Amino acid sequence: MFDDRYTLAYKRYPYQKSADQDAAKPVRHKVVVMGGGPIGVATALDLGRQGIETLVLDDHEGVGMGSRAICFSKRCLEIADRYGAGKPMVEKGVVWNLGKVFHRDRKVFEFNLLPEEGHEFPAFINLQQPYFESYMLDRFEELQANGAPIEVRGKNRVENVTVHDDHVEIGILTPDGPYKIEAEWLIGCDGASSPLREMLGYEFTGKVFQDSFLIADIKMKNNDFPTERWFWFDPSHGEGASTLLHRQPDDVWRVDFQIGWDVDRKEEMKEENIRRRLDAFLGEGVEYDMVWSSIYTFQCKRMDSFRHGRVFFAGDSAHQVSPFGARGANSGMQDVDNLGWKLGLVINGKAPDSLLDTYDNERIHGADENILNSTRSTDFITPKSDMSKLFRDAVLDLSEQYTFARPLVNSGRLSVPCTYDGSPLNSPDAMMEPKRSRPGSPCPDAPLGDGFLLPQLADRFTLLTINAEAPESFEEEGINVTRLALSTEDDPTGALKERYLGDNDSAIYLIRPDQHVAARRPNFDENIFRAAVRRAIGKE
Amino acid sequence: MTDTLTLTPNIDSPDDFYAELIATHDGLSKDDSDALNARLVLVLANHIGNREILSQALAAAALKQE
Repeated sequence: MFDDRYTLAYKRYPYQKSADQDAAKPVRHKVVVMGGGPIGVATALDLGRQGIETLVLDDHEGVGMGSRAICFSKRCLEIADRYGAGKPMVEKGVVWNLGKVFHRDRKVFEFNLLPEEGHEFPAFINLQQPYFESYMLDRFEELQANGAPIEVRGKNRVENVTVHDDHVEIGILTPDGPYKIEAEWLIGCDGASSPLREMLGYEFTGKVFQDSFLIADIKMKNNDFPTERWFWFDPSHGEGASTLLHRQPDDVWRVDFQIGWDVDRKEEMKEENIRRRLDAFLGEGVEYDMVWSSIYTFQCKRMDSFRHGRVFFAGDSAHQVSPFGARGANSGMQDVDNLGWKLGLVINGKAPDSLLDTYDNERIHGADENILNSTRSTDFITPKSDMSKLFRDAVLDLSEQYTFARPLVNSGRLSVPCTYDGSPLNSPDAMMEPKRSRPGSPCPDAPLGDGFLLPQLADRFTLLTINAEAPESFEEEGINVTRLALSTEDDPTGALKERYLGDNDSAIYLIRPDQHVAARRPNFDENIFRAAVRRAIGKE
Repeated sequence: MTDTLTLTPNIDSPDDFYAELIATHDGLSKDDSDALNARLVLVLANHIGNREILSQALAAAALKQE
């Protein structure tokens, strides 16, 4: 009656009977998170660090097997670092910069990500998802041990949900039978096929792509493959429309074959057939062990709204994209980053309920950006018409000889953080430049003394002043704003000036707890900044 | 000032250009000719560069009358 749907890599929270199961009437919890994947656990970290009681329900007892999401972006790592889990990820992860693009059997060109200097975190790391999840669960247990009111319950499967105006009733099945709890707020982090979305009957609309991918993780016995991303269009070994080779930690390489729609999954998953593909692709004499394999299909879809009263959706349950561009888990982490502080303020009575509608507004903006980019990549990689294929091949043929065509080659536009242009929480831009730090932007990192800027901007409203006077702190509508006073003398590399001043002599930024810019001006004006705080918490 | 696509005669020695265009396709199969045309479109588009002009050119080529 309680079979696992997948094999665990690590059992982390074995089922234990909870006192709630024997309670005479359903126990009311502040926040319940449905799903113990990376997005659910991140949600608990965000809220738990604010002291908000959060219960995670998972129908399994730990971290699922398989590398799955392997490419984590700088912004994702910055968010994980705000939660205290970013550094072990970077230590374990593989940093890569060089990408090579092949068409049939020819190398067309190579590119270097050339990450900008002066950021604590690299542009991307490759890391198997079970590691990513484990580091967050390590942090979860650490916070718990330090008294944070967070809990995860394994083999607790949500069976039914009834939404009321001021709470949600949740029916749960466990190995000891069913029980009920209540939640003031429910967050569905239960993945692309979200049972919560199904239970509540919400639509998930968009495009299904008729294609499937065979993933094979292999451990090379003689390890002379470089740490690069290799992408083949129409590989000459004839094994599908595209193939991606990417290194992960532990000398494991991910090979991702695009194998079309009409495939016999059972047949394709047989080790001998996977090896046949791999041997054709890798050539003679390459020895390897198979670590993990899987076949997956994808869709580019999202919900019409990520908030439904007391219920939120975050991560793949709210939106799903193609794998090109590493926009799945990375965007889910940005969802949590966005929702956490808003829900915290509303629960603590410091912001109106309407602030939560801006989660919908801002993250739909992000989801649409990701869906647009990943759909375009998909159309380039798998052209949908003869003419589309003709132009695609023309771009690839030209890019071998002429650099002009290379920007048109689209093997996935790698995830960059979303700027919330047009958000109702932004105040009008009173500086005009630098463009990258306009209201709505995630703050760019910069070196600062022995450390970096971003950790100093986390978790609270900050008034960042550069060469400018302002009060050390002020309070507006119960929100404490703390000044971080910097000057260009603290800026040996010039990164702060380039990223926050441009040609201005001074600047003041109001920064949200999720490190996004709410407002900026060249100098302090009390009334304007007080209004900007009210606006940023949905009171203006 | 807005950028406007030139749709009045602009090519020196038009007969020479036309002959050269056709000659470039001499001896090519239909597929190879199609591929060459696609590459030519991309080369010319890059030379123009200006997104507004390119949009006007796409619309002009579609022969949709206002």
